Amino acid sequence: MKGQAGDYLILDQATGRYRENPEQVVRDDVEKHYWLHVGRTIVKDWRLYVMLVPMLLVFLFWRYFPMYELLGCFKVSDDTLAVSDQLFSGFSYFKRLLVGGDSLSSSFWMAMRNTFLLSFYGLCFGFPMPIILALFFNEVRSNAVRSGLQVMTYLPKFMSTVVMTSLVTMLVKQGSSISQMGIVSQALEHMGLITKEVGNAGLLNNPAFFRAIYQISGIWEGAGYDSIVFFAAIIAISPTSYEAAQIDGANKWAQMRYVVLPSMLSTIVIMLITRIGSLLNIGYEKVILLYNTRTYVTADVISTLAYRTGLAGGAGKGIASAAEMMNNVVGMLLVIGANTIARKASNTSLY
Amino acid sequence: MKRKLEVSELIFKVISYLLLTVFALCCLYPFVYAISASISGRHVVEYNEVVLFPKAVQFDAFAGMFKNNMFWNAYSNTLFVTLYGTLWAMGVSILGAYALSKKRLLFRKTFNFFLVFTMWFSAGIVPQYLNYLQTQTVFRSIGIMDDKWLVVIAMGMAAMNIILLRNAFENVPSEIEEAAIVDGATETQVLSKVYVPMSKSTIATVALFFAISRWNGYFWARRMISNQYEHPLQVFIRLQLEMYTDPDQMTGWSANYASDSAIYALIVCSIIPILIIYPFIQKYFAKGTNVGGVKE
Repeated sequence: MKGQAGDYLILDQATGRYRENPEQVVRDDVEKHYWLHVGRTIVKDWRLYVMLVPMLLVFLFWRYFPMYELLGCFKVSDDTLAVSDQLFSGFSYFKRLLVGGDSLSSSFWMAMRNTFLLSFYGLCFGFPMPIILALFFNEVRSNAVRSGLQVMTYLPKFMSTVVMTSLVTMLVKQGSSISQMGIVSQALEHMGLITKEVGNAGLLNNPAFFRAIYQISGIWEGAGYDSIVFFAAIIAISPTSYEAAQIDGANKWAQMRYVVLPSMLSTIVIMLITRIGSLLNIGYEKVILLYNTRTYVTADVISTLAYRTGLAGGAGKGIASAAEMMNNVVGMLLVIGANTIARKASNTSLY
Repeated sequence: MKRKLEVSELIFKVISYLLLTVFALCCLYPFVYAISASISGRHVVEYNEVVLFPKAVQFDAFAGMFKNNMFWNAYSNTLFVTLYGTLWAMGVSILGAYALSKKRLLFRKTFNFFLVFTMWFSAGIVPQYLNYLQTQTVFRSIGIMDDKWLVVIAMGMAAMNIILLRNAFENVPSEIEEAAIVDGATETQVLSKVYVPMSKSTIATVALFFAISRWNGYFWARRMISNQYEHPLQVFIRLQLEMYTDPDQMTGWSANYASDSAIYALIVCSIIPILIIYPFIQKYFAKGTNVGGVKE
C-alpha cells in the first residue's frame, strides 16, 4: 500500500525531531518490486509451495478443464475440433432448448420440472423426517437401546447407490412367468394399494410410482444418518431448561414447543437453507440406476437428459452443455444465495 | 428428582418407541430379506413364500458365485481402486491442506477460492466425460493401459475433505510447531511429526470418506473402464442385475436356486465387508457430520 504523506515521517520522541519511518520505506520497497518480493518469498519457502502443486494440478486438470469444455455450449459442436477452434454459435443451443418448440425443447422443460419436483418433494417429505427421528431418539432414555436403534437406522447410508438401487429394484420387480413380483409389491397388493396388474408390470416401469419410490428410498437411506446433526442439537440442551419448564407447569407439548424446538431452530434453519441451495443438484447416479425409457416422463432430470443427448453425438454435445450450463449456473446462484442467508441468519458460513 | 410421568409425556414416549422401532426394522428389513432370499430354495423364492426367514435352505447361489472368477476379479479390482485411490487422495489432500492452513502462504485466499469454487459449480456429466476421454488418451499415450489408474488418479478428489483437513491443521497450536522448528525440524518433519499425529481423528474420518466413496464408485468406473476384467464390484453387481432381471436371458434358468437368489447372494457378499467394519467406523461417520457443518 502506497503510504499517505504523514506515514513517511514520524516524530522521534528522544530528539523531538521528525525522522524517516523505516517500516514505510520497506513497505514501499515491497510495493515497487512486488513480484521480486513474491519470488523471493516463494524461493525461501519453496517446500510449502511444492506441497500445494499436486492439489492445484488435480483440480485444474479434472475440475477446471471440464468447465472449459462446458464452454462448448456457445460453440458449434464438432467432434474433430477442440473447443477453442469451434465456430461461435452464440446462444443458439440455449434458444433451441428453451423455445425450440420441438421434442427436444419439451423434454428439456419436462426434465426441468422433474428436477425441481424431485427436490421439492424431498424438501417436503425427506427434510422433516430426520428432525422427527431426532425428537423420538431423545425420548429413549436407555443409552444402549438408543444406540442400537440409531446404528440400525444409519446402516442403509453405508450401502453404495448400486446396492441400494439393486435392492429397491428387486423388492418392486415385475412378475413374470418364472418368478412373481417383488415382495414389497406383493405386500402393497395385499393391502389393496395397487392392483395385481400394476404390481406385475413392475412399479419401476410405471411413471406414477417413480417419485414415491425415489423419496421413500431416499428416506430409508438417509433419514437415520441425517438425524445425527439434529440429535446433537437436542442433547446440547441443558437439563435445567427442562426443569425450569416443568416447575412452570409445562407439559410435554409445551416443553417441545418452548424448549426443544427453539434450541433446534438454528440447526434446522441452516440445514433447510443448505437443502434449498442444492435444490437443483439431483444426484444423477441414483436416477440413472432407477429410471428406464418407460418412466422418463417423471424421472428424467436435467443431468440425465444432458447425458443421453451428449452421448448421441452431432450437435448433442453443445445442446447437453447448454442444458448443464443453465442448470449449474442457477444451482450456483442458489448455493451462494443460501450461504449468504445462512451467514446473515446465524453467523455460520458453510464454506 | 424422580417424578411421575404425566399422561402427555407417557403418550409421546410410547409413540416414540413404537415408531422408532418400526422405522429401524424397516431400515433393516431389506437386508434381512436379501440374506434369507439368497439362501432359500428356488420354488419358495419364485413364489414369494420367503417373508422373513429362509425356507428350503440351499447355499448353491453362493457356491455358484464363488466359482465365478469374474466375481473375485471384480472384488480385487475394487480393493485396488479403494486402496490406491484413498492413498493418492489422502496424499494430495494432506499436502495441499497443510499449505493452505499456513497464514504465511501467499495468495492464500486465491487458492482457497480455487478450491471452494469447485463445490459451487461443477461442469456436469458431458464435459466431465469428454475430459476423462482426453485424460484416457493421454494416459494410454504414456503407457498406462489399465483404466483403473484413470479412476484412481483422475476421480474422487473432494474439496470438502481438503477443507476439513485444513480446518483441523489450523487448530493445531502454533507453539508446538515453533518448538519443533527451534529443535531443527524441517517443513516435512513438522507436517509428518507434528501436524499429522495431532489431527489423527480428522485424518481417519477423511480417509474413511474417501475410502467409502471409492468402494461405492459406480458411474464413471462403468463409463471409463472398457475392459470387463477391470470392472470393480459395483459395476459387476449392476451388470449382473441387468442380466438377471431380463426375462429373455433367464428363460433357460435351470439351477436349483432362483435367479433372484443369485442377485441377493451378490448383494450380500458385497455388503459383508462393510457390515464387519461398520461397528468400528460408524462413530467416525457421526463425528464427520459435526465437523463438516461449520467453517470460519
